Amino acid sequence: MMQSSLSALFWRELRIARSVGGGGAMGLVFFLILVSLTPFAIGPDLNLLSRIGPAILWIAALLATLLGLDRLFQADADDGSLDLLLTASTPLELIVVVKCAAHWIATALPLILASPLLGLTLAMEPASLGGIALSLLAGTPALTMLGAIGAALTAGLRRGGLLMAVLILPLATPVLIFGVSGAAAASGGTVPFHIPMLILCGLSLAALAGAPFAAAAALRARDA
Amino acid sequence: MTQSVALTSLIARGVGVDRGGRAIVKNISFDLQAGGALVALGRNGAGKSTLLRAIAGFLPFSGGELIHEGEASEAPLPELCHYVGHADGLKSALTAVENLAFWSRMLSGTATGASVSPLEALQQVGLKRLADFPVAYLSAGQKRRVALARLFVAPRPLWILDEPATALDVASQQVLAEAFARHRAGGGMIIAATHAPLGLVDAAVLELSATAAGALGNA
Repeated sequence: MMQSSLSALFWRELRIARSVGGGGAMGLVFFLILVSLTPFAIGPDLNLLSRIGPAILWIAALLATLLGLDRLFQADADDGSLDLLLTASTPLELIVVVKCAAHWIATALPLILASPLLGLTLAMEPASLGGIALSLLAGTPALTMLGAIGAALTAGLRRGGLLMAVLILPLATPVLIFGVSGAAAASGGTVPFHIPMLILCGLSLAALAGAPFAAAAALRARDA
Repeated sequence: MTQSVALTSLIARGVGVDRGGRAIVKNISFDLQAGGALVALGRNGAGKSTLLRAIAGFLPFSGGELIHEGEASEAPLPELCHYVGHADGLKSALTAVENLAFWSRMLSGTATGASVSPLEALQQVGLKRLADFPVAYLSAGQKRRVALARLFVAPRPLWILDEPATALDVASQQVLAEAFARHRAGGGMIIAATHAPLGLVDAAVLELSATAAGALGNA
């Protein structure tokens, strides 16, 4: 019974994200714009571009993820769905996890798939292209889960997006640091590739374990 | 309809609700048996919505106690109730039948009893023709009817309704009154806040005074 309700929620979230105005494509378009403008702004210095490429891609991915996250719970709070989800027998923590999983698939997965292609425009080396995709794959779940805490805290507010970013950016900074160092380590360097990757996986798993409880507690207290 | 007697009684003893440090609802007591109905009346800002949201579990009580007894009494009260409030809980990008199918799977569970399919529920509220239209294209009254059809797709013994007849035409109000009668005949309970008559026969009346909250304390 609980599995059926969670899969119903998962497909509903994906269908809404895919629909017009659902916000699924917004992050990807923002990511494309930011990354494709960078070479024009920096100029034709290929060495410089390939050195800062991982950082540009990671900052763009971080901002693109935050862009859509503020609506994660706010849309449900606005139309009354959130109240009804509170009356479901499915634990709210699991509802948070499933909503985040659907959100990650709709917004972060396209970024990960697009990142090697965009890395080409930043003159990144082939090894680095694989490294950026892998580091985004390992790190973006942490961004989504941490963002869910901020989204839950600001669900009852109008224009809570900026407040959410302020709340979340300090927590997301370690993910950015190790993400960029992971992508850079793939094309050689002093650090072996697996060390930042293991730290990224650890950050994602810790966020996955802790964030649903924090977000669910914030959602329950939203109205009180 | 819902043949569950999962709840035999719901008793409130001196409950109150605070919001922002002010007592909005104070010292409310009622006694609701299976098949019973309670209508909360009061001026705007008297705390009707606040009381209903607290019973549904969205707000904490500041005092008193709310006891539910019956077959399903080990389940928390929110999992035994349907809440229909001012917001419809519908996603405008999805069709009416998709919305209902989702809530049918999400809200089924704890209580047992007969439920109808989303399409049959839409037929009951006279919207089968519009089942495959995105909810965004429906009128306010039609959206409200889809929201009320949620009551039929998952069996739950307690219906908490905050002004359910808003935007409904006369025929739909009649359908709603019949659904109330069937639900109560099957042992269900209804708590409603309303300004308009809902066709609830023999309903207990709970008069909320606005004095505790002040006229501006709207929930």
